[in-house]
Amino acid sequence: MKLREVQEILKADVIVGKEKLDMEVKTAFGADLMSDVLAFAKAGSLLLTGLTNTQVIRIANVLDIAAIILVRGKKPSAETIGLAKELRIPILTTKYILFETAGRLYAKGIVGCLEQVENKSVHN
Amino acid sequence: MVAWNKLKTKVCTTENILYKNSFDIEGGNFSNAGAVSTRIKWILKQIGLPDDVVRKSAIVCYESEINIVSYARKGKINLTVTPKTVEIEVIDEGQGIPNIELAMQQGYSTANQQIREMGFGAGMGLHNIKSYSDTFNISSEVNKGTFLKMIINSP
Repeated sequence: MKLREVQEILKADVIVGKEKLDMEVKTAFGADLMSDVLAFAKAGSLLLTGLTNTQVIRIANVLDIAAIILVRGKKPSAETIGLAKELRIPILTTKYILFETAGRLYAKGIVGCLEQVENKSVHN
Repeated sequence: MVAWNKLKTKVCTTENILYKNSFDIEGGNFSNAGAVSTRIKWILKQIGLPDDVVRKSAIVCYESEINIVSYARKGKINLTVTPKTVEIEVIDEGQGIPNIELAMQQGYSTANQQIREMGFGAGMGLHNIKSYSDTFNISSEVNKGTFLKMIINSP
């Protein structure tokens, strides 16, 4: 699916990356815990999150994330937008909550970048 | 960011070392956290290493950088690139790790509220560094600092 269709499905605003809407995406990862994004998100995936600080952009760059979808109507700061422009990482914002965002994309064919984590003991 | 031409002057002529440099990281400076890793990733890409080697190296550097910013007074990352490996040394001056075995466990963290609000502190950092590296070494001394050495193999 093209990023443009993702935008339409989520009725999203494109904050950064209007020139990248023809990019193809197939998978996504959703979390507000950046530690988990670093552990599990795969290259080329969409990142669905409610966190808007600059570290989201740094992490997206490190992981080769295709685009960031900010959920629950979150708006990125000027600093975050500036860094995203510099590193050429698209940011879209949607008013849908994380569950709805994931569900609507899944219904149209986007799948998780992994289905399950391996069976390891994790506290917390 | 520096132009690639300028960067080339730092490329070693010594046989088998494609690139070698050291990057300072300031403890406690969250607004700039991750900037060194962004730069290292760019450098590795310019050298022309395979995407997954660049990505693994960048993740290892980023997790290490966040650890220094979160827990140490200051630190540095020494990067050495050879045709077959990316070597990453992380040296910091700070509180050190009293129990390395515990710190390596997934889910164990001593992160404060500020770190957690940024989405970190889930106790995945050192575990992640190890799992993305082909070789991993750690040593630490309480109230002195921590030393990490990772090697990522290039196919």
